Amino acid sequence: MELSGGEIVIQSLKDEGVEYVFGYPGGCVLHIYDAIFQQDAVQHILVRHEQGATHAADGYARSSGKPGVVLVTSGPGATNAVTGIATAYMDSIPMVIITGQVPRPVIGTDAFQEVDTVGITRPCVKHNFLVKDVTDIAETMKKAFYIATSGRPGPVVVDIPKDITDPSIKVPYQYPTEVSMRSYQPAVSGHIGQTKKAIELIKAAKRPVIYSGGGVILGEASKELTQLCHVLQFPVTQTLMGLGAFPGTDAQSMGMLGMHGTYEANMAMHDSDLIIAIGARFDDRVTGKIAEFCPHAKIIHIDVDPASISKTISVDVPIVGQVKPILLDMLAQLESLGETFDRARIGAWWSQIDEWRAVDGMAYNMNSGAIKPQYVIEQLYKVTKGEAFVTSDVGQHQMFAAQYYPFDKPRRWINSGGLGTMGFGLPAAMGVKFANPDADVACVTGEGSIQMCLQELSTMLQYDTPVKIINLNNGYLGMVRQWQEFTYKRRYSHSYMEALPDFKKLAEAYGHVGMQITKKEDVEPALREAFAMKDRTVFLDFLTDREENVYPMIEAGKAHNDMVMAPSSKYKKRSS
Amino acid sequence: MSRQHIISMLLENESGALSRVAGLFSARAYNIESLTVAATLDPSLSRLTLVTVGSDGKVEQIIKQLNKLVDVVKLIDLSESFSLERELSLVKVKESDAIRSKIDALGEDCLASITDETDGYLVIELSGEKAWMDEFLMSIAGEVIEVVRSGVIGLSRGERSLTL
Repeated sequence: MELSGGEIVIQSLKDEGVEYVFGYPGGCVLHIYDAIFQQDAVQHILVRHEQGATHAADGYARSSGKPGVVLVTSGPGATNAVTGIATAYMDSIPMVIITGQVPRPVIGTDAFQEVDTVGITRPCVKHNFLVKDVTDIAETMKKAFYIATSGRPGPVVVDIPKDITDPSIKVPYQYPTEVSMRSYQPAVSGHIGQTKKAIELIKAAKRPVIYSGGGVILGEASKELTQLCHVLQFPVTQTLMGLGAFPGTDAQSMGMLGMHGTYEANMAMHDSDLIIAIGARFDDRVTGKIAEFCPHAKIIHIDVDPASISKTISVDVPIVGQVKPILLDMLAQLESLGETFDRARIGAWWSQIDEWRAVDGMAYNMNSGAIKPQYVIEQLYKVTKGEAFVTSDVGQHQMFAAQYYPFDKPRRWINSGGLGTMGFGLPAAMGVKFANPDADVACVTGEGSIQMCLQELSTMLQYDTPVKIINLNNGYLGMVRQWQEFTYKRRYSHSYMEALPDFKKLAEAYGHVGMQITKKEDVEPALREAFAMKDRTVFLDFLTDREENVYPMIEAGKAHNDMVMAPSSKYKKRSS
Repeated sequence: MSRQHIISMLLENESGALSRVAGLFSARAYNIESLTVAATLDPSLSRLTLVTVGSDGKVEQIIKQLNKLVDVVKLIDLSESFSLERELSLVKVKESDAIRSKIDALGEDCLASITDETDGYLVIELSGEKAWMDEFLMSIAGEVIEVVRSGVIGLSRGERSLTL
């Protein structure tokens, strides 16, 4: 088969099994767009801004486990995509981003829409390529998908100069069935000796905690994690990225840990004598003050990336490899052990955890006349029966969603954890809908974040991807305001927007349904009404309590057992 | 405790490979004391040697991050083995009896020679270990007009080798 470079790009996607490409055309990708026009196996989704394309592909990837694909032009097309690429990189999301480049003869001459895409994206990709010859396109595409999806996943950029996609130059095409690279050999199974050492620590543990993260979801190991947790009967806490890998409603779940983690999870981490970290990377939002992190604990760390081991926290038993085979190995070893692990074995520890739970660290003022953001999330959970895919932007609403919507399944909770990208939620929700057309998809956002990628409302109308937008509108950049309240004596520097659009009318202008909810008693009915409109995108603008805070909170530089607790909780400050 | 490490690696001989290594160091606030790179006998590979200073934990992290780079094929920490290190320098000084006697006084073990004499200026060529060279250059610092150093290269002794 003889194909042009532009056709090879698209044929490679087809051979890779790609369903959707999120993109935006421009000069340097015109040949590729012409190839898209002449086929219908790969569907192109025309976004309204390249950042939207990357987040949509990202949401597609996170919710489906398949790589997200983006196609943008050179120069501003590529630079607009950078935020989305960095977002995917920080959360290890498999994506392939194809960027057009100016023709080879003019590279380096500051040509129109020229930018050093490989240079600009280098620090925020797993790898990137500048393809220099039409005969290299197919193999580079194969490598890009292989690198993006194997080991610790991540985004890979393929930069393609316009002249090698020229329709008049045809070359023989064959998509490689496999690819091997001498310089890239990701770890597979863990070291069996390390697993044995881990089992010894597990046997001796009196106050164990299983701390699991996004790696479990990326490694498709939720089933194995859940099995391990149930076999051991140890308490479980999950990171923001890991929520749903272990059922949030399970009796062993202590909820999220870290800066806005639950009281019981953070206290348990601090007092633990054994931490079993699975696919988690000891992020600073999780650890708090490094010097006081889990002072009494031995640490087992399972991770596919050797560089995650002992990066910030020294661990006792590292196990490097894919999480699934390692967990299966642990389960097999535990079974052959013939020991009983039940709640009674660590009865005193569970009693302590139950005491912490009784503090009710996430209590909020239910009697308030205002719409509490927590209440909206609880009602969202109720109305969607906990089955929705929930994306979020970044800020207070993100934490409320993570805290008050327990996820029982992996890939249901989709947020920018590492980079913390405002504007992520809406395009991501669109991407989720492409991957899961029959599912309920909610985008939990705030009036600040939603305005950062609002233009994708138009794309959502064009492609009929009905999503419910839950806008927790408090008129403040809530998380910024909260920090200013706590650490800057309420000097609310630029965390208040004096002019906001009428979101109801705005949604209507984009062809969607808009609703504004101002009374607490209207919250649930409005949600029911919105979710009943299966085929419509509904923008629900909830005017919420203006100065509600996210609790508990570990302030920057503080330890796990030093939390700012909600006034409504039963926490009593110990007299010193 | 911080100490010097000589990290030597085989890189895919592709454009951009060097900037991935250099970019990693600046992005993660690691420090590069010296860096030298050139092609090997296998034209698809280049060999890069860099000197960095850090605690063992930090250098372990640097090595892991370097190994993650797709263009890094193989890597060795020469400080961990019985290895040989060399650096080359060219030093320009004003000709004087004092400088000539300093070079003569170095003795036969030290590789220092006057490579060029032009218009009353000497170029001294030095080859040896970094520590010796640092010391010698400091001892003549007052007379040095210009100095260029190659950066450290190194090789492990005996059977242990950095090959594919």
